[in-house]
Amino acid sequence: MDAIRTVGLTKKYKDTVAVDSLNLSVSEGELFSLLGVNGAGKTTTIKMLSCLTTPTDGDAFIDGKSITQDALGVKSVIAVSPQESAVASGLTVKENLELMCGIHGFEKQKRSEKIAELTRLFGLEEVINKKAGKLSGGFCRRLSIAMALISEPKVLFLDEPSLGLDVLARSDLWDIIRSLKEKVTIVLTTHYMEEAEALSDRVAIMRNGKLIICDTPANIKKEADTDSFEQAFVRIVKGATE
Amino acid sequence: MRMLTFAKRNAKEILRDPLNLFFGLGFPLVLLLLLSVIQANIPVNLFEIQHLTPGITVFGLAFMTLFSATIIAKDRGSSLLQRLYTTPLTPADFILGYTLPIVPIAVAQCVICYIAAIVLGLDITVNILYAIIFIIPVSILYIALGLLCGSVFTDKQVGGICGALLTNLSAWLSGIWFDLDLVGGVFKKAAYALPFVHAVEMERAVLLGDFDGILPHIWWVLGYAAVALIFAILLFLRQMKRQ
Repeated sequence: MDAIRTVGLTKKYKDTVAVDSLNLSVSEGELFSLLGVNGAGKTTTIKMLSCLTTPTDGDAFIDGKSITQDALGVKSVIAVSPQESAVASGLTVKENLELMCGIHGFEKQKRSEKIAELTRLFGLEEVINKKAGKLSGGFCRRLSIAMALISEPKVLFLDEPSLGLDVLARSDLWDIIRSLKEKVTIVLTTHYMEEAEALSDRVAIMRNGKLIICDTPANIKKEADTDSFEQAFVRIVKGATE
Repeated sequence: MRMLTFAKRNAKEILRDPLNLFFGLGFPLVLLLLLSVIQANIPVNLFEIQHLTPGITVFGLAFMTLFSATIIAKDRGSSLLQRLYTTPLTPADFILGYTLPIVPIAVAQCVICYIAAIVLGLDITVNILYAIIFIIPVSILYIALGLLCGSVFTDKQVGGICGALLTNLSAWLSGIWFDLDLVGGVFKKAAYALPFVHAVEMERAVLLGDFDGILPHIWWVLGYAAVALIFAILLFLRQMKRQ
């Protein structure tokens, strides 16, 4: 079964079509990237898939559950790490993780195990008792993704996960994302072409709300007749404009 | 369970901010002490401790508006709310989770004010206990105003609107600092059309044991609290939908 399947997914705001009849599918355990210039419809797509906004037309199925008919069911299998830090700044790292455990109704035993596991996986031991508001950008982003993984989601949405991070913090984050591959289906949005190429199994490029290509990074480069993924992206997006 | 976890987080965020502690608990105490000193030197009926304390306990609740508005506005700004909207938390969990933890803080503020007032010479009577109980509906009104502002404004706007405008409105139009009869006219009419002076007069009546004097003020307080809460819920749900 596909982890995600969209069927004619559409979102209109008055005269603007933000997402135009999107049809795509993402397999279980796949790391799938959504690329596009600003206003391409990536964020609106993620918002619809995570039940933050309702589609104007069409539907999408996450783990077989409809986003229009079974929002609660969808919310039980997804997690979102938004573009901004999205952490409780006055709480410590441990308390942030406990907050998410409590919200998902975990018992004390499971709570302790889950926190220990994610603290280890994300290398948060040294900052576990530090307030989230005092963390560096890299640690804050790690905490944000760890909080998203608390609920053991089947599908994880990562919106611009490495935005604003320095080279080392980004490299550390990529290692963590790679370690999650195949354990959870990941949908990633990013403006960094090298990030999409390095991490993704498949990439979808959107423009003006429409899907213009969906393939592996290697095939996309081949299609655009270039060795550079960034160049391929530019050619494909410009080609769609002309 | 989920709602309580969220409420606990909100209480921690509020109580860990030293500015909140100063303004929420310290500032009303400073005012109580300062005005009592003025009263000792230049006696004014309005600043007698049994008149002053109920007013200060109501005025202090303006900071509860600031607390609730700030935490919601910050959560919206940082996308924490966006993250939480994708969890099984329901709209009721959010509204109760933001409202409930501030009620005990408001009660604690009121208790501290009365302890200070007793030290300053207020007679100990059972009416103090009633006055503390009657502060709860007033605190709901102020918290709802915060929920409403936090759902609409950014955290910076909230500082100006709740921190300055509402604090001043609830001070000037409440009859705490000066007798509204001294101004009279439209000003007095406007004050009595709003809930602040009614909240103060209700608390004064309770503290004096004049339970007939609670009316009609309690209806104004309850009415405004209900309307503010309904609007707050509607605006919160609207911004939730917009996310």
